[in-house]
Amino acid sequence: MNINRRQALGLSAGAVAFAATGFSAVPALASAEDAEKRITDFTGGKTPETGKLTLTAPEIAENGNTVPVSVSVDSAMEGDDLVEEVMILADGNPNPDVATFRFTEASGTAAATTRMRLAKTQNVIAVARMKDGSTYIDKKEVKVTIGGCGG
Amino acid sequence: MATPKPRVKLPKTASAGEVITIKTLISHTMESGQRKDSEGKVIPRQIINKFTCEFNGATVFSCDIEPAISANPYFEFNAKVKESGTFKFTWVDDDGSIYADEQAIEVK
Repeated sequence: MNINRRQALGLSAGAVAFAATGFSAVPALASAEDAEKRITDFTGGKTPETGKLTLTAPEIAENGNTVPVSVSVDSAMEGDDLVEEVMILADGNPNPDVATFRFTEASGTAAATTRMRLAKTQNVIAVARMKDGSTYIDKKEVKVTIGGCGG
Repeated sequence: MATPKPRVKLPKTASAGEVITIKTLISHTMESGQRKDSEGKVIPRQIINKFTCEFNGATVFSCDIEPAISANPYFEFNAKVKESGTFKFTWVDDDGSIYADEQAIEVK
């Protein structure tokens, strides 16, 4: 088969495009499902309620490498009204896990702040589990200008 | 990589039962395991995977960390102090190294 220069260029461009979509699309899809699965595992199959848990994240993050994120739960942090764990997920990252905070009575309040990486515009999800077994969820979409993964 | 240097900020004194804010930062590259070097080889993951804060031996706050936490991981959280004592902070690296810091607080 004779391939001239134009065809050769077209072929290689096609191959590059295929490689690029194949590479980015597969992990992203897996991650959104993974995030759902993580939430189900965390809550033990229950549907988490909204309200008590507040997730604070910027609406637009210019730099995906350091996105400040805060969680706080309305709780007395005494007796049964105690927040045990708060999990943070990002459903568009190669791996949805971000961090899991564990609180105790000595924490005083169930609030924590950290900085996270976001690969692209996506939902950041926080799920809290109380000592009495109830669970709460909050979600924020963060628009990312420059992604914070790969390099 | 230079040895990670922990930095912790908390008040020196507090009144009994007060809820104080603690800020911690440690210098660490938090290599995610997703990046590739100039030859296209994946740079192996090396992150801090666990952080704990204890007060007089009892856990106040702990955290499991994934590669999605930014370089130089920063944590801000609260603690309720009832008596004078020492806060102990521990960071655990993927390679098994443990970095620690201690800060005393006086309750008046």
